[in-house]
Amino acid sequence: MTSTDHIGQSHRRENALRHLAGRGRFVTDLALPRMVHAAFVRSPMAKGKIVELDVSAAAEAPGVVRVFTAETLNPICAPWTGTLDHFAGMKSAPQNMLAEGQVLWAGHPVAMILAHSRAEAEDACELVLLDIEDEEAVVDGDAALVEGTPLVSEGIDSNLCFRTVLETPGLDEAFANAAHVVEDSFTFGRHTAVTLEPRAVVADFDPSTGQLTVHHGTQTPYQFQDVYAHQFGLPDNKVRVIAPDVGGSFGMKLHVYNEEMAVVAASLKLGRPVRFVADRLESFVSDVHARDHRVSARMAMDAQGTILAMDVDDMTQIGAISTYPRTSVAEGNQVIRLMGAPYTMPDYRGRLSVVFQNKVQTSQYRAVGHPIACAVTEALVDRAAEQLDLDPIEIRQRNLVADDAYPHVSATGYQFEKLSHHAALAKLREIMGYDALRAEQAELRKQGIYRGIGIASFVEITNPGAAFYGVGGARVSAQDGAIVRLTPSGEVHCAISVTEQGQGTETIIAQVVADQLGVTPDQVKVTTGDTDTTPSGGATWACRGAGIGGETALRAGRRLQAQILAIAGAVLQAEPATLALAGGTVVDKATGKERITLAEIGRIATYRPDTLPEGCDNSLTAVQHFAPTGYPFDFTNGIQASHVEVDIETGVTRLLKHWVVEDCGRIINPLLVDEQIRGGVVQGLGPAFFEECMYDDMGQMTNASLADYLVPMAGEMPDIEIAHIETPTLDTILGAKGVGEAGTAAAGAAAMNAVNDALRPMGARISQTPMTPLRILTALGHV
Amino acid sequence: MKADITLTVNGEAVRETVEPRTSLADLLRDNLRLTGTHLGCEMGACGACLVMLDGVAVHACLVLAVQADGQKVETIEGLNDSGLIKDLQETFHDRNALQCGFCTNGMLMSAYALLAGNSDPSRDEIRDALSGNYCRCTGYEAIVDAISAAADHRLNKAKGAQ
Amino acid sequence: MKSPAFEYVRAESVADAMSAYAEADGDAVYLSGGHSVVPSLALRLQAPALLIDLSNIAALSGISLHDGWLRIGAMTRHVQALKDPLIAAHAPLFTAAAPFVAHPAIRNRGTLGGSLAHADPASEFPAAAVAMRAELEIASSQGIRRVPADDFFVDIYETAIEPGEVLQAIHVPSPVAGQVIGFDEIARRRGDYAMVGAAVQAVSRGSGLEDVSIALFSVGNHPVRARKAQAALTGRMIDADAIADAQAALEDDLDPPDDPQFPASMRLHLARVLLGRVLANLEAVA
Ligand SMILES: Cc1cc2nc3c(=O)[nH]c(=O)nc-3n(C[C@H](O)[C@H](O)[C@H](O)COP(=O)(O)OP(=O)(O)OC[C@H]3O[C@@H](n4cnc5c(N)ncnc54)[C@H](O)[C@@H]3O)c2cc1C
Ligand code: FES
Ligand code: FES
Repeated sequence: MTSTDHIGQSHRRENALRHLAGRGRFVTDLALPRMVHAAFVRSPMAKGKIVELDVSAAAEAPGVVRVFTAETLNPICAPWTGTLDHFAGMKSAPQNMLAEGQVLWAGHPVAMILAHSRAEAEDACELVLLDIEDEEAVVDGDAALVEGTPLVSEGIDSNLCFRTVLETPGLDEAFANAAHVVEDSFTFGRHTAVTLEPRAVVADFDPSTGQLTVHHGTQTPYQFQDVYAHQFGLPDNKVRVIAPDVGGSFGMKLHVYNEEMAVVAASLKLGRPVRFVADRLESFVSDVHARDHRVSARMAMDAQGTILAMDVDDMTQIGAISTYPRTSVAEGNQVIRLMGAPYTMPDYRGRLSVVFQNKVQTSQYRAVGHPIACAVTEALVDRAAEQLDLDPIEIRQRNLVADDAYPHVSATGYQFEKLSHHAALAKLREIMGYDALRAEQAELRKQGIYRGIGIASFVEITNPGAAFYGVGGARVSAQDGAIVRLTPSGEVHCAISVTEQGQGTETIIAQVVADQLGVTPDQVKVTTGDTDTTPSGGATWACRGAGIGGETALRAGRRLQAQILAIAGAVLQAEPATLALAGGTVVDKATGKERITLAEIGRIATYRPDTLPEGCDNSLTAVQHFAPTGYPFDFTNGIQASHVEVDIETGVTRLLKHWVVEDCGRIINPLLVDEQIRGGVVQGLGPAFFEECMYDDMGQMTNASLADYLVPMAGEMPDIEIAHIETPTLDTILGAKGVGEAGTAAAGAAAMNAVNDALRPMGARISQTPMTPLRILTALGHV
Repeated sequence: MKADITLTVNGEAVRETVEPRTSLADLLRDNLRLTGTHLGCEMGACGACLVMLDGVAVHACLVLAVQADGQKVETIEGLNDSGLIKDLQETFHDRNALQCGFCTNGMLMSAYALLAGNSDPSRDEIRDALSGNYCRCTGYEAIVDAISAAADHRLNKAKGAQ
Repeated sequence: MKSPAFEYVRAESVADAMSAYAEADGDAVYLSGGHSVVPSLALRLQAPALLIDLSNIAALSGISLHDGWLRIGAMTRHVQALKDPLIAAHAPLFTAAAPFVAHPAIRNRGTLGGSLAHADPASEFPAAAVAMRAELEIASSQGIRRVPADDFFVDIYETAIEPGEVLQAIHVPSPVAGQVIGFDEIARRRGDYAMVGAAVQAVSRGSGLEDVSIALFSVGNHPVRARKAQAALTGRMIDADAIADAQAALEDDLDPPDDPQFPASMRLHLARVLLGRVLANLEAVA
């Protein structure tokens, strides 16, 4: 018997209390004995040859301990190449820590200065003589593919990183027979994660024992343990990666960066701790960027508005080198596979071109690929509705996969176990008061006030198995592990491989374990983020913390439950099957009557194992790993709506309200789920209206500071109302799926539809993000 | 040349010798190891570094330590210990108004300063008061809710006292 | 983003400050609120040998009324523009502008003098000063002079303050009977520098508007007085036609900078829209 007292409850996060008291423990806060500070000299140009690099004056500067260049640092690290086998034919140049001969983007690290303070390291950076012979930078993806354009980097034979096509046999016929075809071209700007805590690492190599400890603000400590061990030739049990509190991650902090590798290398060389915290300026030119897609797409419909097919061409620009170890192709790959996903669309063609350019790398960032696929699909659905004179709700009702039609396989080959699009749509209509909003919209238009309502259905990929990266040869774990133990005093401890960046991982794990052991979540202490003290696992990426981590914890908890009951049975001379755990005690299963406390079990098994019958195993520790089986991914679904008001004279959009109906399967903690969704929505609205990494023709990012790059702030963001449908996955006992990316997946799509709905009376439309006043005014013909 | 400064930090007299270029934030974090004050941009754009300086909220990244010579500084650690923001801490906790926690110091400072001057702020006024506080994780609504709830508690308490 | 090294002195008088400046051979920067200076140091956009802190100088503080002019000390913080009753009564465009300037904590530190001396073309207070026909009190080794705001703003980040001189105070003529004002801006986010902004002041008489004063900002290298628009409104009652004429006149008044992210045509368009809105919502202040 498993009690379910705590799964499903809105437990508050205990670890939030530390932050509220100013007692967070971030890598940025760490100061170790003998520690030195790193700063990097970076290429000021997007592309060029290093003609001269003279660090002698910098090496003599006050406070400077050491200066490294490619020549003196790179040899201790094996180069890495961001390709994967399952992306057939993809290519990318090998990388190493500091630029060797050629610089590939403005911001590319060229030299590393280590000093007693960061200020002194920065002072010394100014003394480095760096002469770069400027070469023509490739800044535009379309231009990059034109014959005769220079190559982005050495080590590649064309600027095309990867190309693929996905096509059903009936595609051409579907378009030939269509009653209606709508089409458009879209541009999705480049943006970036801007985690409030920048990337931070303190590497601490102790030559006396050969132990390397890396305090690393990352979501995937085991991956980095493996990377450091492999690239630097160390046994992985001598590499400890600790990810303490992490000030935001969102996918950005799971890639291998030149600077982190260089910091580890420097610590290995110096035998002392080396600290690097990216300042905000270098974050903008060294953190991965995201998106940067140009998509042309068309959709075929029959006379009733049934979607027959989509034909999509995505060109995505990924910077100079594909990221390691997950590549920069995964996003485009997901874009073309998620197109049309909510709909019973039988035919499809998706073409993908992944192109190099002399800019910062792009790669996985929250909701990888989803916002692009969703925005394109939903924009075309709205255009179709307009053409057929159907209400946007009506056309979706006609085309969303029926709730009783599962399992269902999409035209792109994704297998859906069970989704709830129609239930979600109905609920959305109700919570947003759709009909009243439409009436209000019509009324306000008469007064010259232009409001728009935009809707976007979506599916989200969660709980990925090895199909994502493992099959392509990446050493990225798709399994997770947990160690659950009963302490000698009868309290519970769980060490687990999924990590916490504020989502509430530790809280939900405590809830799940508590229910297996009949205790309260506050009796379960959860440890995460340290490769020495927790079992190895995938940690946190692609929405797997609750679904996979939760299931791992559940199974570990059940295993410990069985062990406890076996000991209790031996002590009580009862069949373990007649016993259960509840209220911190072992109870009689039939009557619920207390038999013995967990504290007593802990005491006996620890201090008086001699009193146990012979052969009775006194272990109070259970270990369990879990790898998802069954469906390759657990898809979730949902729908979002955005309500906006466009000032048609200024092009400024006001976000009035946002709604989300979400089905993430079993909800472990509603409070945390809702806040994941809200945060995700705003991370989708940011790039829809504000966020964009802007570049000039020379490949210089022109707004690379927090004063110029516009993040979404409290004043502009709307309140977000959330409702749920719960369709648990049957692949696991727990039934939970992921939710972390759902908000981001469709918020921008809903917003774009809303803006276009507002602009419709003027005959204007916009299909580029961010939807800035300039672009809206241009669409309106004012500029 | 380094300068000797004396200031009161969270009620304790502090004497430090600093380079004039040292920001108040770096003094607090590096010299005094009060790491609850965070740095997110070092140019006044994110609000992670807010502290109270002689009773008003300021960006510790934009104030030089030498400028604060002779002044009183309250950091999150001090406000926490004094109990002055206990109600805000509780409503933030209840409402899950923080995720990674990196912005939380600044949010609490802005909230504390707002409520000191406006006992019954509207949601819009709260959002306005947070206009310089960046949060990547929460989407802001929970923070607005938490501040609003703390204001309500204070008002109810004041009514009860009458 | 750590500043380069520099020396620091806290001046006790204007004379003190000026002699420190002279002794540093001009390789010095005055520091008031520091909210423009400190970020620019952190960005290593400048590297002066010496920072001269003006915050302790009595002559730069205080708000007082003399002969129909309000004298506002240069060290007056933005937040005082928001809250001080004398400023609200006698320099109401500063009060109207203040909520648009940055965020609460920045307003606690940033100073009016610093904002005017810094002369960012997208700044609110400089335009308000121009629209109010303020005069700037500048101290030099030769003595003190008063410069009309129209002559004060010279170019981007450039004013009539010569190297080493100190802006002591801002003098604003008190509103006269019938005075109306309007202030607004279009910005991407709350507290951001304006995409386009407008500060307007006029005297409303039975016969129409007199003494119309319009300063637009973020439309050129410094606040721009819209003379043609002023003329178009003078002697007229505010109605749709008058507003339209003023908006049309901006074509001649403005020559906005052109950049792909922000074309001149967009600035001109926004300036017209904004001016129309401000004129339609003028408020009486006296
Ligand atoms: C995040 C952020 C957002 C901001 N947003 C806005 C905004 O929306 N609108 C806006 O207008 N401003 C904005 N500002 C700027 C802020 O208002 C500045 O503080 C102000 O413009 C300068 O004032 P200060 O007192 O800080 O001057 P300081 O930074 O101390 O000085 C500015 C310049 O003026 C000189 N100076 C200062 N005082 C004198 C004097 N008395 N005599 C001679 N020279 C002097 C200094 O040497 C320096 O060159 C923002 C600042 C930040 C950090
Ligand atoms: S660190 Fe001070 S405002 Fe960002
Ligand atoms: S909680 Fe992470 S930045 Fe606000």
